[in-house]
Amino acid sequence: MNRQIDSPIVLLGARLLSPYIMLFGWYVIIHGHYSPGGGFQGGALLAASLLLIRVAGGSKLAELQIREFATTPLAVIGVVIYFATGLVAMMMGGHFLDYEALPIPGMEPAWLRYTGILIIEVGIGLAVMAILIMIYDNMVRGEDYA
Amino acid sequence: MIWEVELIIYLFLALSAIVALEVKDMLVAVVMMTIFSFLMALLFVAMGAIDVGFTEAVIGAGVTGILFVVVVFQTSRKSND
Repeated sequence: MNRQIDSPIVLLGARLLSPYIMLFGWYVIIHGHYSPGGGFQGGALLAASLLLIRVAGGSKLAELQIREFATTPLAVIGVVIYFATGLVAMMMGGHFLDYEALPIPGMEPAWLRYTGILIIEVGIGLAVMAILIMIYDNMVRGEDYA
Repeated sequence: MIWEVELIIYLFLALSAIVALEVKDMLVAVVMMTIFSFLMALLFVAMGAIDVGFTEAVIGAGVTGILFVVVVFQTSRKSND
């Protein structure tokens, strides 16, 4: 890539926009069970907010957010959250991902279902975010843009 | 939705697709693909598929655009000879 002059305007715009995109991503994940969106869309929004900083600021700025070695464990943690919730429900006598069978004491079945879906969506969002960032990091490996 | 607005969106959709296919500069093609994705998301929402439109807007207009830009910068090198 032909070197370009560092543009402070692009970096300022990215820094201004990134926190709001991230906040909206968490909103989409947390409200995923009764509004459009969900774990995948929210995770993609979180990844977009982090990728914006990575594109605009380069790897030196990106190291402050999520380093490259942290993406694979985060993705694995997300998948483990998903399958652990399903398998715990299975072990407690329900079907796979049967949220009513989750062993959380003192909760109505309806609230239990809400909580189960919330846990699942946090796991999915974490996995999607980490894998999209991992794809970007593997694509630009060794070369620093911006 | 008002059908005139939808018709205008369809026209811009076809225009952005043709420009993305015919243009020589790859960066312009990537931007046109992003515009195509966003107009497609608008049409999905207008047709009532809000979830599909949301996914299209986030993935097609957000993450894929960044990845395409990276691919363009990695494959096009200015030769010095």
